[in-house]
Amino acid sequence: MTEPKEPILRIENICKMLGGKEILKSVSLSLHKGELKVLIGPSGAGKSTLLQCINFLIPPDKGRVWLEGNEIRSRRKRDLYAFRQQVGMIFQDFNLFDHLNALENVAVALRKVKKMNRQAARNRAVAELERVGLADKIGLYPAELSGGQKQRVSIARALAMDPKIMLLDEPTSALDPELIGEVLTVIRDLVRRGMTMVLATHQIGFTRTLADEVLFMENGRIIEQGSPEVLLSPNACTRSRDFCSRLNELFAENE
Amino acid sequence: MLNTFSAIFEALPYLLNGALVTSGIVIGAMGIGLVLGVHMAVGQVYGNRAVRWLVGLYVWFFRGVPVLVLLFLFYFGLFTLVGLNLSAFAASTLVLGMTTAAYQSQIFRGAILSLPKGQLQAARALGMSDIKAIISIILPQALRFSIPGWSNEYSIILKDSALAFVLGTSEIMARSHFVASRTYQYLPLYITAGCLYFALTWIGVRALLKLEAKVRIPGYSH
Repeated sequence: MTEPKEPILRIENICKMLGGKEILKSVSLSLHKGELKVLIGPSGAGKSTLLQCINFLIPPDKGRVWLEGNEIRSRRKRDLYAFRQQVGMIFQDFNLFDHLNALENVAVALRKVKKMNRQAARNRAVAELERVGLADKIGLYPAELSGGQKQRVSIARALAMDPKIMLLDEPTSALDPELIGEVLTVIRDLVRRGMTMVLATHQIGFTRTLADEVLFMENGRIIEQGSPEVLLSPNACTRSRDFCSRLNELFAENE
Repeated sequence: MLNTFSAIFEALPYLLNGALVTSGIVIGAMGIGLVLGVHMAVGQVYGNRAVRWLVGLYVWFFRGVPVLVLLFLFYFGLFTLVGLNLSAFAASTLVLGMTTAAYQSQIFRGAILSLPKGQLQAARALGMSDIKAIISIILPQALRFSIPGWSNEYSIILKDSALAFVLGTSEIMARSHFVASRTYQYLPLYITAGCLYFALTWIGVRALLKLEAKVRIPGYSH
C-alpha cells in the first residue's frame, strides 16, 4: 500500500464575483506532481478566471490555495511573490514585454526577481529559447515574431523560472490554425518531461491523448470531471462529450 | 536701416547669452517636471485613494492657475513663507517645473493607461512586485510613448519661460526688452527675440524626434 501522496497544488472553494455576477462558485481542485488536468467548457464558464485566481492575478473573494501543503497567505506580499515565481503562467494573448527582445523577455525576471547576474540570466534564457526551437530568434522583438513564436517565447519565459506547476490559459486560442501545431508540440514536450499543469483549451484531440483528467466547467462550476476515456468516449452520455462533439462538428465543417 | 542692423548685431551676443539663460530655465523645469511627473503619474494610476486624491489636487491647482499668477504667488509669497530665498532664475525654474509636472503627469498617465493590461499581469505572474514591474516593464514603454506629448510640452514651457522676465530673470525676453528700450529699436529686437525662441523650439523638437527614432521598438507601431 502506498500512502496517497500530498497534492502539489490544492485549491478549495474558490469564489469570485465580478461586476455583480458570480463567475466562480466554490471551485476546488487538486493537482499531483506530473499531472496534466485540462479545463474545458464554453466561453464564459470561468476557466480563465479560475486560472487567474489560482495565482491571485485576480484575488478570489473566498477560498484557499496550498502549494506543497503550505497555504498561500496572499496578503503577505513576500509570500505572494515567492508563490507566483513557482507558478508559471501562459496567457492566451502571450503578453510578451513589447519593449524587450525574445532573449530579454526570458532574462528580465531572472535578473530582477531571481537576482541572477547578467551572464547567467543570458545563458539560461538562451538555453530555454533553444529548447522551444527559437535559437535563431533571440534578438527579435515581439512585434517581429509570429503568434506561434511569441507563445513559445512566453513558454520559455515561464520555464526559465523553474516553476513547480504551470497554468496555461488557452495558449493556442489566439493563433492562426497553422501555428497551433508548433505550440502544441512544445506543450506535449512539457507533458513528457513531467511538468505539472492545468491547461484551459478547446483542443479536444490534444486533451483526449494527453490529459490525466478532464474538468468540464460551466457557469462557474466544475460540473464533470474524470479521465478523458470515460468523459469523452463516444458512447458516454456526459455534458463534456456533448460539448466536444459539437466542437468537433464545427471543426469538421470548417475543413 | 543701418541703425536697425547695428542694434541687432551689437545686441546679439547679449541676447544669445539670454538664450542660454532661457535654455537653463527650460531644461531645469522640464527635468523637475519629468521627475515629479513620472512619480505623480505612477501614483495616480497605481496609488491608493489618498495618493490619487493628492495628485489630483496638485494637477487641478497647477492647471487651474495662470503661470504668471503662480510666478508671483511663489516668488513674492510662498517661497519666502517657507524660508526659501531663491534667485529669480531659480524661482522661475522651480515654478515652471512644478507647473509642467502637472501637465507631464497627465502625459505619462495617458501613456501608462494605453499599455495593454497584460503587460503588468505577465510581470506579476513572474513574481515581480508592482514596483519592479513598473520600473522594468511599464515605464520603459510608457516613457517611449510619451515623447511626442513631451516634445509638445517642451515647446510650451519654452515659450512660457518668457514670463520669467517679470521676476527679473535675465533671459531672452528681458534682454531684448532692455536693449529695445535703450536703442528704441523695438520691432527689430522683438523680432530677434521671436527668432531665438523659434530656433530653440526647432532644436529641441528635432532632438526629441531623434530620440524617439533612437528608442523606437523594432517592428512596433503604436
